[in-house]
Amino acid sequence: MVKVFERPKSLTGKPFHYCPGCTHGIIHRLVAETIDELGIRETTIGVGPVGCSVFIFEYMNLDFQQASHGRAPAVATGVKRVHPGKTVFTYQGDGDLAAIGTAEIVHAAARGERITVIFVNNAIYGMTGGQLAPTTLVGMETTTSPVGRNQETQGSPVRVSEMLSTLDGAGYIARVSVHDPKHIIQAKKAIRKAFANQMSGVGFSLVEVLSTCPTNWGLHPIEATKWLADNLIPYYPLGEFKVPPAPAKAEREVE
Amino acid sequence: MAEMLMKGNEAIGEAAVMAGCRYFFGYPITPQSELPHYMVKRLAEVGGVFLQAESETSAINMCYGAAGAGARVMTSSSSPGISLKLEGISYMAGAELPAVIVNIMRGGPGLGNIQPAQSDYFQATKGGGHGDYNLIVLAPASVQEIVDLTIDAFELADKYRNPVMILGDGVLGQMMEPVEIRELKVNIPEKPWATTGATGRKPNLINSIYIAPEPCEEHNLRLQVKFRQMARENVRYEDYRTDDAEILVVAYGTSARIAKGAIDRAREQGIRVGLVRPVSLWPFPYEHLAEVAQKVTAVLVVEMSAGQMIEDVRLALNGSKPVDFYGRLGGMLPVTSEILREIEKLAKGGRSNG
Amino acid sequence: MLQEIIMAGFGGQGIMSMGQLLTYAGMLENKHVAWIPSYGPEMRGGTANCGVTISDREISSPVIFEPTAAIIMNRPSLDKFELTVKPGGFILVNSSLIEQKVQRTDIKACYIPANELAEGLGSSRVSGMVILGALLELTKVVSFDSVEESLKKVLPEYRYNLIPLNRQALEKGAGVVRQAMKFAVANPR
Repeated sequence: MVKVFERPKSLTGKPFHYCPGCTHGIIHRLVAETIDELGIRETTIGVGPVGCSVFIFEYMNLDFQQASHGRAPAVATGVKRVHPGKTVFTYQGDGDLAAIGTAEIVHAAARGERITVIFVNNAIYGMTGGQLAPTTLVGMETTTSPVGRNQETQGSPVRVSEMLSTLDGAGYIARVSVHDPKHIIQAKKAIRKAFANQMSGVGFSLVEVLSTCPTNWGLHPIEATKWLADNLIPYYPLGEFKVPPAPAKAEREVE
Repeated sequence: MAEMLMKGNEAIGEAAVMAGCRYFFGYPITPQSELPHYMVKRLAEVGGVFLQAESETSAINMCYGAAGAGARVMTSSSSPGISLKLEGISYMAGAELPAVIVNIMRGGPGLGNIQPAQSDYFQATKGGGHGDYNLIVLAPASVQEIVDLTIDAFELADKYRNPVMILGDGVLGQMMEPVEIRELKVNIPEKPWATTGATGRKPNLINSIYIAPEPCEEHNLRLQVKFRQMARENVRYEDYRTDDAEILVVAYGTSARIAKGAIDRAREQGIRVGLVRPVSLWPFPYEHLAEVAQKVTAVLVVEMSAGQMIEDVRLALNGSKPVDFYGRLGGMLPVTSEILREIEKLAKGGRSNG
Repeated sequence: MLQEIIMAGFGGQGIMSMGQLLTYAGMLENKHVAWIPSYGPEMRGGTANCGVTISDREISSPVIFEPTAAIIMNRPSLDKFELTVKPGGFILVNSSLIEQKVQRTDIKACYIPANELAEGLGSSRVSGMVILGALLELTKVVSFDSVEESLKKVLPEYRYNLIPLNRQALEKGAGVVRQAMKFAVANPR
């Protein structure tokens, strides 16, 4: 019998602790599949965030460093500079990357640091209890914007991909979503490009993945995917914001 | 082996390179900037990496990444920058990562100024960052000692898998003295725990999160065992004219140098005074100090602070002797004649007014 | 022997390098030496000073509170350091740039028109060396040969052609002091 589907070798098999309907599990799997396909599990070092995915190292079957809140790009820089031939990626949420870690992500991108960043944007702080994130939409209710984000006092949400794509050091920037199978397939392609780019020496690569948080959004998982499509995507348009001038060499090789 | 005239800051850099350090992550701040200036050139010569980070916070986290990846790594700063690095230092202690962190202290609190100070003693020796952790803190008093202690610092960091701090001040960083630069045979230990890519082995993890309190307590207890071992094995001090001393001065770094000058002048007047200079501030030489102090009638602590190390001196003496203090604050230096005056007061049976 | 020498002037006058040169020379003579710069914001304001300690014993403070000699290359430095010189010590004033006279009578003042003398040698850039020569003659802190030797240590090889000029400048400054001393002996007050 031919096995047509199995757990990626880059996952440990430990059941995810994520809430029902949370898309972290899907994104973990996409990253793991990519690492498997590129054959780099034994030469990849991941850097984990603070937030809901703080335990990503328990799920990924590869070397990992756990970083303090927002500092993953700096930690990844340290790892990559010591092991320039290895693949280094960070996995960060929107509180981690777009608030406390803004300086680190901007400057890792500006330096063209040859790392891959998986940026999971669900427009809210999850682990700490559903607070206002830099990516929370105007009017969205959170525990620290109980009557909805007030643009007057709490400002407007940050579009990270657009912002970073203005930097010369950024080699590949894309925004994808995982709210339905079609988009999941597109997301996988972008993640794969982001890793392959690193291997071929293209500068900094980042994939922003729009994700759900049914628990803190107060929605049923199915409603949450619909809410994402109806509300997040209009504000955070999907697509590639920055691509390398020519197709990356490694990507040609693997295809 | 060659004798060279070097600035303290540059000597730290050269010693680091001698010790096999090939990675430096920093951020500019006076009065330590000659160190990154030196490292950017020197590391290029030896195929190392110098990176100016976007902040001290990033620099220390780059150190975290590089140390976790198995490298000998260093960062340096001055007081306000070290405050920013404390987050990373706590994480490194928690994740058991070796690194050398240099603090060339300046006047505080806040922005303070760029003149030499010793007011980060508490920060360096009593934690500074959050959680139960200790750093080995070494306090040189000459440029040659800067070289020797920096080399030792890298060895100790790897030996215990713990950050080690070199605590100097603006005077030590800026001054030039002759130093001996020698070839060093460096044996960097194997680091099978480092994240180098899980080739043919189980994945490695660099981590300080233990979400359940029980394993976190276990982790802490294990760290405490290590910290106690570090404390037992690394007490360092210098005694100066203490053999027949009736008055004991306790000072470290630049203060200790200036105190030596005052002690020599007091000796010329027939005052029997000596100095204990703690070289390791953590671990502090409690037992040695208690022993030396048995024979004296008075103890004077001299610091470029409002009185921080004096708390450890008092702990060491445990109320057995009066402990007086003379300190200058905010980037001011104690002057030889001022220290002499305090010694004279004690010699006459009075108290120093601190 | 303990000599604590302050050198002070404008940035760009080569004050720091002059101090390092003297320190190097002391090291070559196997003396204990230390050099320390001022590094405050005044550096950016155009004044600079450094301290050189040369001793036959271990040096306690590298920071000089009471110099045994001071080289003063500009007016603000005279104001700043005149009062700090140890009684009986020397103060060497670059009279090309400073009209003001030393007020204290318990220190020995020596006025050297360093810029004119340097220009006479063909380069105003060696004015510091002229006054350093005067200091060596007055204090005997190190020998002229040691200073020349240390030039070889601090200058890159392609600059070695400058060594004779620097030596001349040292001798020039020393000559002024010797002349003045003769004059002082011939004309006792």
